[in-house]
Amino acid sequence: MSGTYRYTLGDRTYRFAHLAEVMAKASPARSGDRLAGVIAESAEERVVAQMVLAELPLKTFLNEALVAYEDDEITRLIVDDHDASAFETIAHLTVGDFRNWLLSDDSTPEVLEKLRPGITPEMAAAVSKIMRNQDLILVARKCRVTTAFRSTIGLAGHMSTRLQPNHPTDDTTGIAASILDGLLYGNGDAVIGINPATDNVAQSVKLMRLLDEVICKYEIPTQSCVLTHVTNTMEAIEQGAPVDLVFQSIGGTEATNSSFGFGLKDLAEAESAAQSLGRGTVGNNVMYFETGQGSSLSADAHHGLDQQTCEARAYAVARKFKPLLVNTVVGFIGPEYLFDGKEIIRAGLEDHFCGKLLGVPMGCDVCYTNHAEADQNDMDNLLTLLGVAGCNFIMGIPGSDDIMLNYQTTSFHDALYARRALDLRLAPEFEAWLERMQIMRDADRHVLHEQMPPSFARSLENLPGGADHG
Amino acid sequence: MADPTDRSDSQSDVTKADPASRREAGVVDNPWRALRDFTDARIGLGRAGVSLPTDEMLAFQLAHAQARDAVHLPLDVDSLCDGLNDIVDSAGGDGTTEPLRLHSQASDRITYLQRPDLGRRLDDASHKALGDGADAAQKTCDLAIVVVDGLSSRAVQAHAAPFVKALASALAQDAEHWALARLCVVEQGRVAIGDEIGALLNARAVLVLIGERPGLSSPDSLGLYLTWNPKPGTTDALRNCISNVRPAGLQLDEASRRALYLLREARRLELSGVKLKDRSDSNVIEHDSEPGNFLIS
Repeated sequence: MSGTYRYTLGDRTYRFAHLAEVMAKASPARSGDRLAGVIAESAEERVVAQMVLAELPLKTFLNEALVAYEDDEITRLIVDDHDASAFETIAHLTVGDFRNWLLSDDSTPEVLEKLRPGITPEMAAAVSKIMRNQDLILVARKCRVTTAFRSTIGLAGHMSTRLQPNHPTDDTTGIAASILDGLLYGNGDAVIGINPATDNVAQSVKLMRLLDEVICKYEIPTQSCVLTHVTNTMEAIEQGAPVDLVFQSIGGTEATNSSFGFGLKDLAEAESAAQSLGRGTVGNNVMYFETGQGSSLSADAHHGLDQQTCEARAYAVARKFKPLLVNTVVGFIGPEYLFDGKEIIRAGLEDHFCGKLLGVPMGCDVCYTNHAEADQNDMDNLLTLLGVAGCNFIMGIPGSDDIMLNYQTTSFHDALYARRALDLRLAPEFEAWLERMQIMRDADRHVLHEQMPPSFARSLENLPGGADHG
Repeated sequence: MADPTDRSDSQSDVTKADPASRREAGVVDNPWRALRDFTDARIGLGRAGVSLPTDEMLAFQLAHAQARDAVHLPLDVDSLCDGLNDIVDSAGGDGTTEPLRLHSQASDRITYLQRPDLGRRLDDASHKALGDGADAAQKTCDLAIVVVDGLSSRAVQAHAAPFVKALASALAQDAEHWALARLCVVEQGRVAIGDEIGALLNARAVLVLIGERPGLSSPDSLGLYLTWNPKPGTTDALRNCISNVRPAGLQLDEASRRALYLLREARRLELSGVKLKDRSDSNVIEHDSEPGNFLIS
């Protein structure tokens, strides 16, 4: 079944030993594929690989597994869950035809939604490799994936934010200060989600209770999440902790996830345990996943695949468990995987497109580290592009500076910029709350009140000497 | 001692605009800015429309510029070696106290950033230099201290010499004798390069001092990595790490105290890594013993 792929250009014949090599060499250039030794050796070879890929029938990906079925539970998930009747619509197409069809007027949002179970991650990855950034944006915009818990996320014309109040020592007053800042800047409608500095069950439960008390006291239509290991959250649930969402970092091969210390069985148990708590009001999507290109190579679990194909396979894991939120943490991994702003932006658009095409409620941590060749202008560009593409949510932190994880992501201000520039609205339940609490003065024009909202002014008076601050 | 690296005060002094002129230009201030007493997070920045006010935008740019410089400005090896000279009497017995200068296989910073594998291996000249040294010494030593630029030359430039001085003096006063290898300084290196160096020096343990990835608020963090029985191929699970060593983080003398504790324990147990627990710090992180905080009380 696997054979050599050839392409003759002028007097030169290019050969690719197998499908994985065609996929890797067709990928737009990035440092992680160079590090893995799978990158195209020249710019010409890359385009030739894209031409080979464009001629391949989509059916190829059903017949030829990139990671062996016997060796990998994610391949088994992809193959066993594939819906042949949904696939019928595109069964006759090549990868190149698929790009045309996705861009055509025939593929309406309704048609694309029905098609989802017929598309495999490898098909999505393949077509993304021959799409320009504008193609990735235009098609993703047609793929709406809406989810709900206490707020509704992913409606057309909407973009939500995860309020991320991390603190380097998990100090609860420090965390509360960042939560207050975020809420008063109209952030947090996707989730209030903390990365704990101390990652154990006791610490996580303490933070879960803090978030639960804040959400209950102010009746905020949002959900909480402490981003600890899935097995910690399971223990927290057993202890009776107020768990809204279960978090886990996921990758696209079984070996990647083993290195993260979990398997598909753990996610299934966690989903059903969290759902049984019945804490959602407008929906019951209870999972929150994070992904990112390069994680499989970093865990030496990439099976010779390029990093973008591995990433797309992670979305097969995600969609199985009907998550509320999934985001790629695109620039966090560092310049050995995505070197500069150009590579980070491209990867962010690819991940968002592949996730949405497969039916994943995709958001993006628009971010970079200080050793990457990137800066705030690159993040402005990616944020704007993703806003146009219909990204479900982004992060929101004070002043773009995560003082715990030591990287930069989008700020509370950045989210407001995107709302104004692109007229993107908040989750409707949360928007109504912001108006009720006198935080947002005019939601149509994205205008905040200038005065401190009364209920929060009272809270500030609880500080030592706080009466002076009100 | 004045702290030249304290971000918050020095930077906001540089860029802080006059509050009255801010307001006149349409900036909305946030009364909850007072909460900055409780966190280093950039809260209560105020806004011009919904955007960052000019002074806050420039304060961020300055912090990012400093972090970028920490990554890209080359280590001044001459001045570092001057500072490190005469601290360590090597066990080699050849009388030299000058640090040995080494280089990884990553020829420049751009290669270094994209190829972590090359930063973990010595280049040929360095390998030869160490090989010759070991031949002459033929003697096992207890500890090799290796100073590596890593991702923050600024951290190494500022903190490596004072730290080595503090640790060397603590080791000299220890009940057990510590035979030290000749100090090494490595350019374009990663943590694991200490494994190769330690093995070539016949060291029973290696302590790598390395510039950590700079955060926006911490461009000068030094990391310390202890590895018992260093040899190429050692995994990170077999190391102990002391992180965030800088004047505004973990103080140098405290870091030296912890390093000494780990070194003694490693020597006693003849191992390092996950089986060697750092119990030097009796102050387990515990926060806010009061029943609630301002948001929920």
